Amino acid sequence: MTLIDLANPTRFLQLTARILPWLAAATAILLLVGLYQAAMAPDDYQQGATVKIMFIHVPNAWLAMFVWGVMSLAALGTLVWRHPLADVAAKAAAPIGAAFTFLALVTGSLWGRPMWGTYWEWDARLTSVLILFLMYLGLIALWRAVEDPSRAARAAAVLTLVGALNLPIIKFSVDWWNTLHQPASVLRMGGPSLDRSFLIPLLVMAVAFSLLFVTLHLAAMRNEILRRRVRSLQMMQASRRSA
Amino acid sequence: MALGPHAVFVVTSYALATAVVLVLIGWIAVDYRRQKARLRELEAGGVTRRSGRGVADI
Repeated sequence: MTLIDLANPTRFLQLTARILPWLAAATAILLLVGLYQAAMAPDDYQQGATVKIMFIHVPNAWLAMFVWGVMSLAALGTLVWRHPLADVAAKAAAPIGAAFTFLALVTGSLWGRPMWGTYWEWDARLTSVLILFLMYLGLIALWRAVEDPSRAARAAAVLTLVGALNLPIIKFSVDWWNTLHQPASVLRMGGPSLDRSFLIPLLVMAVAFSLLFVTLHLAAMRNEILRRRVRSLQMMQASRRSA
Repeated sequence: MALGPHAVFVVTSYALATAVVLVLIGWIAVDYRRQKARLRELEAGGVTRRSGRGVADI
């Protein structure tokens, strides 16, 4: 099967049917390994056991941005190449990205309370991630508001690309502004500043959550393709009745 | 594994993450069943795709 074959929704459905069980199993195994390593990781000398929140907060924060990046590529696919699955991919990714962003915000808040003394601070990092979350909700509302998927696709694609401007702001907010949020400690010049005892569980959890995203995204894309088939058959049925 | 004085923050974080992931999985699984059921209903009513492929081929 070549890449171009995946443009065919039927072939895509056949592929997902084959690989989804394997992806789900790999995700479950890696999540269990990651959770075990997170539980066994030592306490931080300053943060104590609250450092364990990092193992879910950071992967969710990375994925919050990564999913919007995936949606931006899909938006280009919709606007430039008119790929039949591009809008399906973007629409299916949005609720999953919103869930990851929600978890990044809430777990960050729960980590912030004991470490910073506050659940929330209107600093550049926290505020830009909150804006990302609101943009996810806006996109989901847009797709729900417009019944015809092809009409919604172009508007959603433009909004997604405009929203992508927020990604570098989120990433570099801790460098550009004086923020309560700490600067990057993994993806930084000079390599990670984390000790291996924290870095390894963090990377395992990041890969596990990434696999979770791929699994859920493929399953949600499959659902969206079926939803569009249902819609076209319902329209066919309605036109037969009116004829 | 002792979580110290801030255990409630750690436990709440993991519990919330588990709940959100389970809701996502459940929502996607229910949506799949719903779409397949709708396709079956339409096919049972004689409405089929031009390719002739049905829900059984998915």
